[in-house]
Amino acid sequence: MACVLIIIGVPLYYILTRSFMAHAEVYSQPVSYWPKQWLASNYHDATTTLPFWQFLRNSIIVTSIVSAVKFVLGVLSAYGLVFLRFPGKNIVFLVIIAALMVPNQITIISNYALIAQLGWRNTFQGIIIPLCGVAFGTFLMRNHFLSLPSEVIEAARMDGAGWWRLLTRVVLPMSGPTMVAFAVVTLVNEWNEYLWPFLMADDARVATLPVGLTLLQNTENPSVTNWGPVMAGVILTMLPILVVFLVLQRQMIKGLTSGAVKG
Amino acid sequence: MRSWPERVLPTPPGRGWRNRPWRDYALFTVLVAPNLILLGLFVYRPLIDNVRLSFTDWNISATTLSWVGFDNYTEWFGRDDSWQIVGNTVVFTLAAVLGSMILGLALALLLDRKLLGRNVVRSAIFAPYVISGAAIGVGFQFIFDPGFGLIPDLLQRMGIHSPDFAQDPHWALFMITVTYIWKNLGYSFVIYLAALQGVRADLMEAAEIDGASRWTTFTRVLLPQLRPTTYFLSITVLLNSLQVFDLINVMTRGGPIGTGTTTMIYQVYRESWVNQRAGYGAAVATIMFLVLLIVTLIQVRVMDRGDEK
Repeated sequence: MACVLIIIGVPLYYILTRSFMAHAEVYSQPVSYWPKQWLASNYHDATTTLPFWQFLRNSIIVTSIVSAVKFVLGVLSAYGLVFLRFPGKNIVFLVIIAALMVPNQITIISNYALIAQLGWRNTFQGIIIPLCGVAFGTFLMRNHFLSLPSEVIEAARMDGAGWWRLLTRVVLPMSGPTMVAFAVVTLVNEWNEYLWPFLMADDARVATLPVGLTLLQNTENPSVTNWGPVMAGVILTMLPILVVFLVLQRQMIKGLTSGAVKG
Repeated sequence: MRSWPERVLPTPPGRGWRNRPWRDYALFTVLVAPNLILLGLFVYRPLIDNVRLSFTDWNISATTLSWVGFDNYTEWFGRDDSWQIVGNTVVFTLAAVLGSMILGLALALLLDRKLLGRNVVRSAIFAPYVISGAAIGVGFQFIFDPGFGLIPDLLQRMGIHSPDFAQDPHWALFMITVTYIWKNLGYSFVIYLAALQGVRADLMEAAEIDGASRWTTFTRVLLPQLRPTTYFLSITVLLNSLQVFDLINVMTRGGPIGTGTTTMIYQVYRESWVNQRAGYGAAVATIMFLVLLIVTLIQVRVMDRGDEK
């Protein structure tokens, strides 16, 4: 167990210590494992050589909008798929979850062409809209809705509840934990989304944090990368999502496993 | 495909227009259509459009394109680097899938017992999975740095001469594989851990009482019970590892020496955006998709057969 902790912890510790080291110490031989002096200047450099706070703001904008849209669309389409009659409903469901099998790398060229044609490169809508279709969440919520006790739903129907009342008064109040799990998984995935924002944003005005980090790495001279500030940037990029994870890890794990393991 | 339970309730007769099915149809459309349209527009449309582009010489910044027939495909099959890239993809994917699944299962078995501090260890194993691949890529690029990195330093202290991970193509692929497994181990681990909690303890006990050795219990009782989980993981981890872009882009940009760590998916990006040949990139994407489709269909087949037993 100690071994596991070392393998996971030491690389993170190494990155963290380097982010506080003076330039000379990062490059000193032999490698030091404890900074002689803890300096915050790398963090200052990482946040000033590039518009770091702007990247952070962009990440928050993109992540929150995409996650919110995915959440609403996921819950609503799962509700429709479970509680309403529609010819070919199962086919619609299959079409939605089959999208899980399509890696987005296969669709990027054509999507890029479409967005470029619309003149939406380097805009938030260009980054956000193509990411909004939701397959996994629909699958997750649908499975949960199918597991709700039918007596309760029948009773509500008999009492004359319409679809909206059924949704807001009966179904959603029984779905809290699953919805939180869905939201957390989506949030983490969108926060880390890299390829699409990377292609869409050449411009610091809309670049998200992971894309901005790559820019930071590139502005440093590639042959003698100034690793101190870059490591500070790595830590700053990791930090928000690690905090979210530590607070909500139970829900996150539940979201991933409930799609995988039949209960 | 398995059938699922019907949750729609029979509409009570004679309750007026409000309960007629057309109302359900309209509502269904309102609720499901936006999602379906988005997926159609940004997943299924490009899938087909990609095939069209693969027969052209389009470059990403041009407004015109011309039809070149199967040229892109014949070029791909004739080029030396294609086979190296296929080799990279197969080696990386197999190592990543097997490595993270075997280690994930081993750790899950280890931590399924009651041990002091196991919750901390569980969180620690899972934490890298939530961190952005770009951040981990940049961090690990430094950790493998021949001059000042953690791993060359540790190897040196043990008296082993470390290779220059980023410059030697084989070691560069190894470096990316290790980083991938380090980052994604937590996923297989968490899924296996959840599955282990569903494994029937009485069966295991019975096997032990019958005098089965630990290894026999593991292979004959435990593994068969974990089979659905193993199939699920093999598909999801395979899809995930085939999609790795951030680690490669940040750590090696597909290099060294041309295509040292280029996988098929990275080649799609490289040809389309770096070499400005989106038509050729689309051909690679189409080939990739066909391979993926075949692999997935085989896996689903095997999985269904496994379920019947």
